[in-house]
Amino acid sequence: MLNQYPLWKNLLVVFVLAIGLFYALPNIFSQDPAIAVSGVRGAEIEQSVKDKVKDALEKSGISVKELEDKGSSMLIHFSSTTDQQKAQHVIAEVLPETVSYALTTAANVPGWLLGMGGKPMNLGLDLRGGIHVLIDVDMDAAIKDKVEAYTGDVRSALRSNKIRYLTVKADALGINVKLKDAATRDKAYDVLGNEFRNLGVESVDEGGSYLVRLTLPPAEIRAIKKFALQQNITTIRNRVNALGVAEPLVQQQGDRRIVVELPGVQDPTQVKNILGATATLEYRLVDTEHDAMDAKNTGKVPPGSRLYSVREDGRPILLKKRVIVTGNQITDAASGFDQRSGSPMVTIQLDSKGGRRMRNVTLDNVGKPMAVVFKENRVVGRDADGKPIKRLVEDVISVANILEPFGARFQTTGLDSPQEAHELALLLRAGALAAPIDIVEERTIGPSLGQENINQGLNSVLIGLLAVMIFMVVYYKVFGLFANAALLANLVLIVAILSLLQATLTLPGIAGIVLTVGMAVDANVLIYERIREELRVGSTPQAAIHAGYEKAFSTIMDANVTTLIAAIVLFSIGSGPVKGFAVTLAIGIVTSMFTSIVGTRALANLVYGGKRVKKLAI
Amino acid sequence: MRTLTSNLHFNFMGKRKLAMVFSITLVVLSLASLLTRGLLFGIDFTGGTLIEVGYSQDADLEAVRSALAANGFAEAQVQQFGTPRDVLIRLAPREGIKSSELSDKVFGILSKQSPGKVKLRRVEFVGPQVGDELTEDGALAVLVSLIAILMYVAVRFEWRFAVGSVIALVHDVTITLGFFSIFRVEFDLTVLAAVLAVIGYSLNDTIVVFDRIRENFRKIRKGDSEDVINTSLNQTLSRTLVTSLTTLIVLVALFVIGGEIIHNFSLALILGVVVGTYSSIYVASSAALMLGVSKADLMPVQKEGVVDDMP
Repeated sequence: MLNQYPLWKNLLVVFVLAIGLFYALPNIFSQDPAIAVSGVRGAEIEQSVKDKVKDALEKSGISVKELEDKGSSMLIHFSSTTDQQKAQHVIAEVLPETVSYALTTAANVPGWLLGMGGKPMNLGLDLRGGIHVLIDVDMDAAIKDKVEAYTGDVRSALRSNKIRYLTVKADALGINVKLKDAATRDKAYDVLGNEFRNLGVESVDEGGSYLVRLTLPPAEIRAIKKFALQQNITTIRNRVNALGVAEPLVQQQGDRRIVVELPGVQDPTQVKNILGATATLEYRLVDTEHDAMDAKNTGKVPPGSRLYSVREDGRPILLKKRVIVTGNQITDAASGFDQRSGSPMVTIQLDSKGGRRMRNVTLDNVGKPMAVVFKENRVVGRDADGKPIKRLVEDVISVANILEPFGARFQTTGLDSPQEAHELALLLRAGALAAPIDIVEERTIGPSLGQENINQGLNSVLIGLLAVMIFMVVYYKVFGLFANAALLANLVLIVAILSLLQATLTLPGIAGIVLTVGMAVDANVLIYERIREELRVGSTPQAAIHAGYEKAFSTIMDANVTTLIAAIVLFSIGSGPVKGFAVTLAIGIVTSMFTSIVGTRALANLVYGGKRVKKLAI
Repeated sequence: MRTLTSNLHFNFMGKRKLAMVFSITLVVLSLASLLTRGLLFGIDFTGGTLIEVGYSQDADLEAVRSALAANGFAEAQVQQFGTPRDVLIRLAPREGIKSSELSDKVFGILSKQSPGKVKLRRVEFVGPQVGDELTEDGALAVLVSLIAILMYVAVRFEWRFAVGSVIALVHDVTITLGFFSIFRVEFDLTVLAAVLAVIGYSLNDTIVVFDRIRENFRKIRKGDSEDVINTSLNQTLSRTLVTSLTTLIVLVALFVIGGEIIHNFSLALILGVVVGTYSSIYVASSAALMLGVSKADLMPVQKEGVVDDMP
């Protein structure tokens, strides 16, 4: 019989809609601004702390909407962000150091829904407020550092094999070792070739001088870059976690960029200071055999050493080129007091590799001074093209004598004040970047603007939707109602899919939904115009419905596939806001195909199918 | 109401010379402006800093300008944004300070000037390098989508239709960009997204018309190509107008109440939909006709290879 769906097709429509409604459901529960209080590294917080927080909030007169006691942690709901802000300061004052807090949002989604995977959509920063930062990792510096480290290793390899060399010089991509004759050169070639299997080693004769050249092969360069990026992501993640932000995002973008998104954070200055502490650290021995003042005045720096200045007073200091350990080998640093003398000190913990190196160096150098170099990338100006000119600023933040050989754990004493010890510890901890970084993009959205964006976005969706629905009913009558039902179902499905994918809804994303609403009715318009045409040429109502759907189908397919192509290109090439728009557009195209073809057909069949129909209300 | 377009027989193709003159004029004007004045690129593409602040009462733009000038930001562009309380400040990348610190400095100056009355609403800082990359990516996105679409239409229809639809797309994109150039409306990332959406939308329209032309070439025995195309355009006219109308309804809603940030986005789409509707009627079909599309090109070799499984 014409125009009747088999049972399974009707069930499919009902089933898809039911699933859609279920997973769209979490979004109707309101999200409260909240503060999460939890112990550092997942430790439990004590009852006394919870009571303290409760008392402080009661005294301050801030209205608390709900206080969830989750045993090991607590979640405090507020009715407005203003209350949340005020409460933040109150809570910060009463919390002991072992307990941290974070600003967050808490959805009032019931447990059974969460248990079945129902979660509300993620709101983008433009909707909830927050900070987005794009960080560029200076790969050239990372490679230069590595080359320098290899240079030191080459020297000691030659020395331990008793091969005398004239010079060992590093350039952008390799190391040149100059030797006095061909025989020594061959010997050096064998030794270095054996010892540095991961590098390209070749012997070169150039204008009467005998050289061995070591170069970084592409695989090694890739490895260095990958390591620098990974290390920096880890470090930045640690720094972000120290900020106490709920749901932070630290993610790789491309092969040298890192995206940091901090929802709800409102002080960009603080964030940039902490992220942008674009510093790396190095421990080096002080060159005590030469006079630093001399080297500065004459400009003659002894080979194997480099001239630095001390940050506090600017006096020159000569340091050995060889780096003992770098900041990324520091696993922890804490300030405290020396039990014997009572003076402030910093305790430093290295990883095992760093510890071994430190032990080897300190064994031979007891009584000699060692320095910490702080390297920072600063923009010092711009060139003619407006490109920033960056310079690596390096200075010495601490010089101390090696009292006895030590390994992975050691102390720096002789600091002037507890304040200085605290700052040094902070620098050592936070300075563990593998390569200098630079903030190349920043977007901050205030919370009030975020709320405004949500309201305006929702309002335009609602008003646009309503206007389209009115038009459809007036123009297509009963079939207009079918199309409207499909439109609403389509909206539910889009929200459900966005929630299931945990995709982030942004303002351009809302615009994508609005556009889908406008375009989703297109399929129905095509079908209904076909049905009208069929009726005009004298088909019976049943035949008209059947032919209308059949003939419009391939047109709808072609039209939607081409739009889908555009959406996919947008998604794969575009970034940020463009991506958000493309995601909702693509989802909308797919869901609208289902609702406006299968969905409206099911309704039309239900109302008209299998009966004697004289006239269609279309 | 339903007889609105049921018996229309506009001679669209007869007026194609007139339409061509109209289209060419618009395209030439747009190109001239694009080549001489270019687009007013937003900081997404040029790099720079943008700061939006909100005052608790109507903002005094002059006071803001002088306070900034007094502190060494004489070149800052200060303008009202949306409501009289909101102020937008733009800064070009500058020497000496880290660009990422600029926003802090500017907000510091403003909050010193009127303590407690000004709130930071939004900061956008884009480095010049990132800006260049976004420009490249954007141009690439437009190009790749055009090529992908060209290929799809060539496979599904015929090369003359593919060329016709791409000519229509280039027409729509050029005129939309031309509008932004002539009227100095800022072109940012969201507008780029809108232009790409226009490509999708305009194509949607064109494909529907082509689909009908193909069908009619196979069905109608008498009449030359021009007649068949005219009949097809008339048959799809009502659908073309209804869909454009519903899309425009929501776009106008977005334009009016969607907020300042997506103002230009919705403007670009409104323009694109209007131009796209026009071009799918006049430009795409005329181009295919002028390239000499005929019945013989579209007769099925054997059974039609179209996807025919019904939902």
